[in-house]
Amino acid sequence: MTRPGTALWFAGTESRLAWRDLLWLVTAGERWRVRSVVFGVLIFVAVMHGIAWGLVGPFAGAAGHPDKQLLVVVTGTALLSWSVMLAQAMETVTRGLYARADLDLILSSPASARLCFAVRIAAMPVSIGLMTGLFAAPFIDVLAIRGGVHWLGAYAVVVGFALLAVAIALLLTMVLFATLGPRHTRLASQIVAAVIGAAFVILLQVAAILSYGNLSRTAFLESPALIAAAPGLHSAIWIPARALLGEAPALAIVVGGGLLAFGLAILVFARRFAEYATMAVAQNTTPSTRRQRADRFEAATPARVLRRKEWVLLARDPWLLSQSLMQLLYLAPPALFLWRSFGSGASSAGAAVLLVPVLVMAAGQLAGGLAWLAVSGEDAPDLIATAPILPSRVLRAKIEAVLGVILVVLAPFLVVLAWSAPFAAGIGALFVAIAAGTSTAVQLWFRAQARRSYFRRRQTSSRIATFAEALSSVGWAATSGFAAHGSWIALVPGLATALILVIVRSLSPAKTTRT
Amino acid sequence: MVCSPLRRRAERPESLSTMRFMTQNSSPSALVIHDLTKRFDRVAVDALDLEVRAGEFYALLGPNGAGKTTTLRMVAGLLTPDSGTISIFGIDARADPIAAKRVTAWLSEEPMIYDKLTPLEYLAFVAGLWEVAPQLAEARAHELLGWLGMAAHAQTRCEGFSKGMRQKVALAGALIHEPRLIILDEPLTGLDAASARQVKAALAERVQAGATVVMTTHILEVAERMADRIGIIAGGRLIAEGTLDALREQAGQIGGNLEDTFLALLAEGRDAS
Repeated sequence: MTRPGTALWFAGTESRLAWRDLLWLVTAGERWRVRSVVFGVLIFVAVMHGIAWGLVGPFAGAAGHPDKQLLVVVTGTALLSWSVMLAQAMETVTRGLYARADLDLILSSPASARLCFAVRIAAMPVSIGLMTGLFAAPFIDVLAIRGGVHWLGAYAVVVGFALLAVAIALLLTMVLFATLGPRHTRLASQIVAAVIGAAFVILLQVAAILSYGNLSRTAFLESPALIAAAPGLHSAIWIPARALLGEAPALAIVVGGGLLAFGLAILVFARRFAEYATMAVAQNTTPSTRRQRADRFEAATPARVLRRKEWVLLARDPWLLSQSLMQLLYLAPPALFLWRSFGSGASSAGAAVLLVPVLVMAAGQLAGGLAWLAVSGEDAPDLIATAPILPSRVLRAKIEAVLGVILVVLAPFLVVLAWSAPFAAGIGALFVAIAAGTSTAVQLWFRAQARRSYFRRRQTSSRIATFAEALSSVGWAATSGFAAHGSWIALVPGLATALILVIVRSLSPAKTTRT
Repeated sequence: MVCSPLRRRAERPESLSTMRFMTQNSSPSALVIHDLTKRFDRVAVDALDLEVRAGEFYALLGPNGAGKTTTLRMVAGLLTPDSGTISIFGIDARADPIAAKRVTAWLSEEPMIYDKLTPLEYLAFVAGLWEVAPQLAEARAHELLGWLGMAAHAQTRCEGFSKGMRQKVALAGALIHEPRLIILDEPLTGLDAASARQVKAALAERVQAGATVVMTTHILEVAERMADRIGIIAGGRLIAEGTLDALREQAGQIGGNLEDTFLALLAEGRDAS
């Protein structure tokens, strides 16, 4: 039995809580769902191994004597994955800092708060490593099966990357906290995480557009000019790539470096983390000193008042801001590509075909999140239900609020597109409306009243709704891509998406709670 | 001593909204519930009959699970009854819920407000839902917030507000459209003494201005001091009703406090059933 108050005891408690949290996240507290979740994971793992077999199998034998081209591609891919890990780490650290939960209990107990937070910080690379490992495992496994066991070293690289990501995320968050204070750090940190998560992909695409006039990251990484400009084979810059390719000295440097950075981060930041967490909680329980002036006492219909309230709340939602920023950042390269196509006088047909599905996908995803916040995430349902306004009118106003945001965000892209490719713009506008409408409808079919702050966990209310939202966005994006190209093949994904939606509608709860 | 801007307003000419209400049915009963029934996995409200007079402060008491909240949620339009009728100032609340909601306000134990809005923004929103004339709404909003001691926080977001501050914002929202019937479910639970006093004063002021208050509470001292009449509900049925003196007499507790009376009547009700 572990002695209470020790690091091991804290670790045991934390891991038990994390496990139950994960279980609740995937089963929403329903025991009977465990079997279907396990089945789903097995199917996912099998499918991912199949995909990995086709994608990376042919490269399994390349590890022996890597050339510069391979090192550039592997380094690029590694940086891409690591930037996503760093973004995740920023989110995890911020969540840890602002989670009230048991802080009062810990701080009022005689146990060491520093030790407790050190254990919590130590758990962060574990969760990030596991998440990345889950997606990387099929590729590593396939490479190991076809190329040899030295590929298994890539698992250690994932660990090293996770340690380094958390160490840097801690440093960045602590700097943000010291600079901006507890009230602004959460939003700033989420925005930084969104930018980091998208930045590398976007930079690669921008470089590809500016250099080669296309959106292909692979083409850029494999370009002779980049390879020629890259450092020599023995440069230290290739250490992460060499570690991934299974070279023992490089592997030791990556893992050792990660451990060292993380150890230093714990040593330096564990105490400060506890202090900042206390300040963050204190900020949550004291009124803001920030003055707001959006109170408009003006003659308006209740529907207009409702729409305005939704827009004010959406604009002040930090999670939504970071999510939306991410969506908008991903729209930047296609927008640049479009602009370059016009500027060079080249045919914009290719640009249009590329831009349309991106816009449609963004519309579907953005509408899903917004619709959840407006429809399910109503924080004062009793107030709305006791107001003298018909429930159908309330619902209509909320849908109008959601679609209004989509219109404002995506209309500029469609207008620019319409100048050079009116047909593609028309198709884009049509499918943007369809995708946004579909995602909103899915949220309506599966709505379950919840606090707005549960936004991050909205998928637990219905797995079907989550998958339906994602599948319909992808489906309508594919349909719009083919349709913008003038191809009748558009009918295939279009009909498939419609069929999926019919099935999903039939699975939705017969009686929904009225707002 | 509580200052009384609201009382002063009551003496001023009627607002547009109030005048509109006054031209409607001038029933002496604010609320008439007849044969009201609601069943979940068991019967929560069992053929309940209840009448609250206009301008009355009515306290609805009962043990946990007695059906108080379910009854009031049905009156507020938050739950649909299985059977029975609800009449609010002569308006059939089931047939014309919108008209009934125009004259009603609902406030629950857990104040539901928007963290990301300021109290003024929240009140502008609520006033908009009830279509209160903008100038009137703005003046009332400032008046209510000032009176509830919230003027200093009028333009700061509600996130970080204490339970008492949140409840006061919610109460201001409930009062901004000058409802004729105010329904409150345990509005004083968890409030500190100062906040509770401000809420009680606001309610007393509204009753003096002519509004009707129906409130559930577990704080018997509040019912004892504030209510004109008290109803005791158990098992979804009204087992006793009347003024405090009438209830004492019914319970054979002459000179006793409400707690003794309440417990005696509950025991009597259990024996009878």
